[in-house]
Amino acid sequence: MDRHITVPFDDRTAGELRSGDYVYLTGTIYTARDAAHKRMYEALNKGEKLPFEMKGNVIYYMGPSPAREGRPVGSAGPTTASRMDKYTPALLDLGIKGMIGKGKRSEAVVEAIVRNGAVYFAAVGGAGALLSKSIESSEIIAYDDLGTEAIRKLKVRDFPVIVVIDSQGNNLYETAVSQYREEE
Amino acid sequence: MRTIRVDDVTAAIKEMCIEANHCLTQDMEWALCRAREAERSPVGRQVLGQLEDNLRIAARENIPICQDTGMAVIFMEVGQELHIEGGSLTAAVNEGVRQGYREGYLRKSVVGDPIVRENTRDNTPAVIHYDIVPGDQLKITVAPKGFGSENMSRIFMLKPADGIEGVRDAVLAAVKEAGPNACPPMVVGVGIGGTFEKCALLAKMALTRPADQRSEVSWVQELEKELLEKINRSGIGPGGLGGTNTALAVNINTFPTHIAGLPVAVNICCHVNRHCVRAL
Repeated sequence: MDRHITVPFDDRTAGELRSGDYVYLTGTIYTARDAAHKRMYEALNKGEKLPFEMKGNVIYYMGPSPAREGRPVGSAGPTTASRMDKYTPALLDLGIKGMIGKGKRSEAVVEAIVRNGAVYFAAVGGAGALLSKSIESSEIIAYDDLGTEAIRKLKVRDFPVIVVIDSQGNNLYETAVSQYREEE
Repeated sequence: MRTIRVDDVTAAIKEMCIEANHCLTQDMEWALCRAREAERSPVGRQVLGQLEDNLRIAARENIPICQDTGMAVIFMEVGQELHIEGGSLTAAVNEGVRQGYREGYLRKSVVGDPIVRENTRDNTPAVIHYDIVPGDQLKITVAPKGFGSENMSRIFMLKPADGIEGVRDAVLAAVKEAGPNACPPMVVGVGIGGTFEKCALLAKMALTRPADQRSEVSWVQELEKELLEKINRSGIGPGGLGGTNTALAVNINTFPTHIAGLPVAVNICCHVNRHCVRAL
């Protein structure tokens, strides 16, 4: 099913999304990948404030290529989500409602998704030029020294993703693959 | 003896880094198109269609195909009758990478130390493989490698008794484990034989072979075809979202090995299998 939703979104919207839904996101999302996650995790452990509000927000695992003059961003596709697994349950428990990445998640992340009624979306890996067309603006809001790994606030319009793991723990990577598997 | 200058090497490498990150070779474009036509899953067809659109947008609007513009892997086949003057060849190669990644708006994805992890901010150093060959030319292959798929690559030190079945199982196990992480449909580079490091290099070089060119060794050719079929029956599909096109090609290189060993390396590449070749 095709759905257009605005981000950030609430518990009800997250609860309605189902594994396999095509979703077009419009609104504000935040980028963070390996180094930014490590830094946020360390800040949390020291009791420091995080650079953006977790509640209701969506994190995009992405580090863009540099923007050419007059453009908001360069190539901007998802990176592999599992590298963030170590840090993700803590962020979900603080209210993150959605994550955009590619690839499998750990059991602990799936449990935290279900516990918090959140959603894991996949964007098409390796389609960074195409995906950049749905990003209207990009602003570094924290960890500037990390270069491509800095935290960016993105305004997106109809950013195309697919629900992989929904709030009930259904996992498209498992269901869809078994549908086409022909093993001897 | 023919002479070239290191400045010409720098200029070529710079252009090749930019070109490889914006345009795939024709064989890769055809392979994606054939996959879309053959794909049975509707979601899979949609993903493959998006990948073709992505290539068109990248070329037309000068945006890198993928934001992970890779660590620059460079093969240098240096003719033994060629004289290269004007400074260090390795420094010239790295200067080409530095200029290409800066002027081509490519992402700087290299950290100077694997534990300290500070970005070098110019994507150097490149990983350079030199080979001395007959002749008086310099053949350069620039193959930027993304790490979503690099992280899913594996080396297996099999034993002679494991045989071809062992090789088959090793490749399939690596691909299955890679699944959606490696941005399928992937190209699977396999090295069989040599030593620990030689088989890894064979696998890396196999990725630079055109997707539609099979091995000239008959048993290797059979194995390439068989593995491609088996991988495409795994169900992983485009984007890992289910389907009948998980790999576009399986390219295998072999080399003599030791009486006690059967090393196998599986270097997985995503559908953005970039390489650019030039002779100077």
